[in-house]
Amino acid sequence: MDGEELTEQETALYDRQIRVWGADAQRRLSKAHVLIGGMKGTIAEVCKNIVLAGVGSVTLVDDSPVTEESLNANFLIPSDETLYEGRSIAEVCCDSLKDFNPMVHVSAEKGDLSSLSTEILEKFDVVIVSGCSLSTKKAINGKCRKLSKRIAFYSVDCRDSCGEIFVDLQDHSCTKKQVNETVECRLQYPSFEEAIAVPWKILPKRISKLYFATRVIERFEETETRTSGETSLADLPNVLKLRKELCEAQCISESQIPDSLLERLLLGKLEFPPVCAIIGGILGQEVIKAISCKGEPIKNFFYFDAADGKGLIEDISNPNSAS
Amino acid sequence: MASQQQLDAIKGAKVLMVGAGGIGCELLKTLALSGFQDIHIIDMDTIEVSNLNRQFLFRQSHVGQSKAKVARDAVLKFRPHINITAHHDNIKSSDFDVDFFKKFDVVLNGLDNLDARRHVNRIRLAAGVPLVESGTTGFLGQVAVHVKDRTECYECYPKPAPKSYPVCTITSTPSKFVHCIVWAKDLLFAKLFGDKNQENDLNVRSSDGASSSEHTDDIFELRNDEDIDCYGRRIYDHVFGYNIELALSNDETWKNRTRPKPIYSSDVLSNNQQNGNLDKSCSSSDVALVSTMATLGLKNPQEVWNLAENSKVLLEALKLFFMKRQKEIGSLTFDKDDQLAVEFVTAAANIRAASFGIPLHSLFEAKGIAGNIVHAVATTNAVVAGLIVIEAIKLLNKDLENVRMTFCNEHPKRKMLLMPVEPFEPNKTCFVCSKTPLTLEVNAPHTKFRDFIEKVVRAKLGMNLPTVMKGHFLLYEDGNDLDEDERQKYEANLEKVLSKLPSPVIGGTSIVVEDLNQTLSCEINIKQREEFDEEKEPEGMVLIGWLQAPTDTENKASVQNGESTSGAGTDQVMPLEIAEDEEAEVNAVSKKRNFSEISNSSVSHPLTGNDKTSKNKEVILEDEGDDLIVLDHLNSEMAKKKRLV
Ligand SMILES: [Zn+2]
Repeated sequence: MDGEELTEQETALYDRQIRVWGADAQRRLSKAHVLIGGMKGTIAEVCKNIVLAGVGSVTLVDDSPVTEESLNANFLIPSDETLYEGRSIAEVCCDSLKDFNPMVHVSAEKGDLSSLSTEILEKFDVVIVSGCSLSTKKAINGKCRKLSKRIAFYSVDCRDSCGEIFVDLQDHSCTKKQVNETVECRLQYPSFEEAIAVPWKILPKRISKLYFATRVIERFEETETRTSGETSLADLPNVLKLRKELCEAQCISESQIPDSLLERLLLGKLEFPPVCAIIGGILGQEVIKAISCKGEPIKNFFYFDAADGKGLIEDISNPNSAS
Repeated sequence: MASQQQLDAIKGAKVLMVGAGGIGCELLKTLALSGFQDIHIIDMDTIEVSNLNRQFLFRQSHVGQSKAKVARDAVLKFRPHINITAHHDNIKSSDFDVDFFKKFDVVLNGLDNLDARRHVNRIRLAAGVPLVESGTTGFLGQVAVHVKDRTECYECYPKPAPKSYPVCTITSTPSKFVHCIVWAKDLLFAKLFGDKNQENDLNVRSSDGASSSEHTDDIFELRNDEDIDCYGRRIYDHVFGYNIELALSNDETWKNRTRPKPIYSSDVLSNNQQNGNLDKSCSSSDVALVSTMATLGLKNPQEVWNLAENSKVLLEALKLFFMKRQKEIGSLTFDKDDQLAVEFVTAAANIRAASFGIPLHSLFEAKGIAGNIVHAVATTNAVVAGLIVIEAIKLLNKDLENVRMTFCNEHPKRKMLLMPVEPFEPNKTCFVCSKTPLTLEVNAPHTKFRDFIEKVVRAKLGMNLPTVMKGHFLLYEDGNDLDEDERQKYEANLEKVLSKLPSPVIGGTSIVVEDLNQTLSCEINIKQREEFDEEKEPEGMVLIGWLQAPTDTENKASVQNGESTSGAGTDQVMPLEIAEDEEAEVNAVSKKRNFSEISNSSVSHPLTGNDKTSKNKEVILEDEGDDLIVLDHLNSEMAKKKRLV
């Protein structure tokens, strides 16, 4: 790192966390620029965590208006209607976030996630999206990968009391503590498109059922041109049909994707706030790990389900490819 | 989202939150978002700058204000129609008694110290209210559920004692920087600025028993006509020069150790060197702002000062204490938020480290070690708060089958960053929740009642306002409502040995110790014993049935928990050590609770294994049935303990 020192103010504010990750990591954080799209409850948690951590800047993209639904798990939206009427959810959240840490530059950008250009993406070190369609996810991840600059890409979603995080750090080097020594490690990540293309048959048998169930729902929304989360129990018959097709094509048993789980995901348009806090906390930590190059990051999916209480890392990459 | 049944339970629930710090802020937010409507929050602390990086409900402008109240106001901004009652008060206040606790459906702890946790545990047991306990340190976290008669209580299994070091390591043979910090803080700082009547091992004893301390009592005193600069150098030369020379004279000590190097002020600083410019920043009348870093122009607390700089800081700090804070001398105790004290201790520890060939450290690092500052980040607190709410909802739905204890791991264990395990059963011999009598082995004719009260009743049993009875005979009572006669009577009892008390406490008798405030009562059977191992049983008393966690074999001079009850920065106290060797863990043949510790406190991290034959309830089956986590119950551990005693 260059020799730039943390200011006295930064040292005082970040005292407790510098004791966790060191002054060097704190300096890297203060130079990182993060783009965030899709302001739901989980994202509000992520924003809070990285603004408190002291990243350089956070740019929010979400033109949608504030609705009753968006108030559900998002504590960045004040209840006073006069404060959000006629404004985009990104603008409203931006105001609240600025207060959390005066040393972080927070702004709201107009526009749509799916139309983000590579020129814009290039300004960032980290891109996090939530609530976007399968094709948008693939597209943004793909654009990030085309740039010569290495951008960390994350997608995150919560449905019902389940959450999923996807991580693509491309080619990532970091240091991690092992017993009493610090070791270097290097990780190769597949893109989102590559990861979900890995044949289900070759995945470990005990992989989280949430992985398959989420892929089914994601595919369903895509073929029906629904927005993310725009589902109901009425969709169950069609979703079960799709499950059958996919399981047959992938040569796995339908029992890997229980009906009950699909039902929960179809119904769970509203996020469950405790799960937002958990998923948002884990993702916030991952972003800090990626920026600071300290600690072994998740590769490449993370699942939490309040029903069993497990927070699981799943590595979904093709063992035959380079990664 | 939650089911209708869950939502109804949430809406109708009355929740008590204890602590509005790192976990507390996250928890209050998540409770409010989840639909809770009636929340009481208790915290005696006020907001500090170092809280702001994670206690996100607080702003710079709130520094100095009540955490509970500011947290309440902040949450009402996004959930204005719920009831949040803030109590800016000590949880140990008698206002929060059993009747108060009985009003709640569940108690949620986000506390930072053992003492308050024990207190809450006892009262909520008496009130019959379930408790969700939590703690974080850095990336590690833990959430546990305590339900009376169903799961362990907070005190069923021992909590490790503060880390401590042997006196001789501190006074004579330091090998780590922390040893130098303990020396600088607990010995040198205490000697110069603290209570003069306190015992202090600052002066080394030489091997032949000829002590250097014949005239030491006055060595540390500022003499009547002495110039403050001369005094500083005299102290410097005595502790870093003379005392080291003296220690070196004992060849036996240094046979297998690197010999330290005596350091005299004249070696490091020129004789007529002007120290910092006192007028530069010390015109300030605000004592809190007095700092040598300011007067010496040292800006970066992360920088490691060299020996000369440390020497200047030490002498300057000493001088500033005498010139600017004269009134406090004789009554100072080390406080991590006292800048001048931290500077003094950093410098003294570094000079000693230099003498012993130990690497020097920055003020930032030294402050962390001396103040036992707990590492804290927002993300772990957020995760833990989410887990607490999930468990609280299960409790409100009486879904006791599914409550879990959850560990947040820094490194995944069997792919898990968040690892749920079934709660432990109550310890049937727990003196708190099972009211099992304890046994005290003691030499009754030689043990003062005061020692029993201090070392057993207060320190081990954690009682604040104890009453001691033998039959109907009251031997001791503590509290504000005592009249003068009673007070004198109990004072007199304290000075007596156990066997000479008005109703003699001797082998074969039994006494009852109570803390009405905690609604805890426990019976202690007395067993006469003459001999105690000075090393292993330095207190001259052994309390059986009360489990002390194994600590390092090292003992004595302890690093105090700098955060204590009003500790500002901590969100923790139940950190867990995680075995690094995953293979060993999975294949572990003997499964038991593994007691290990981090700094001032920690809780065990259960080992996992593949024992399918276990008939124990604590088996979590995954869907496939081939991936299970077995947490052996503590019976084996308990049995082992019993055999030991
Ligand atoms: Zn117990």
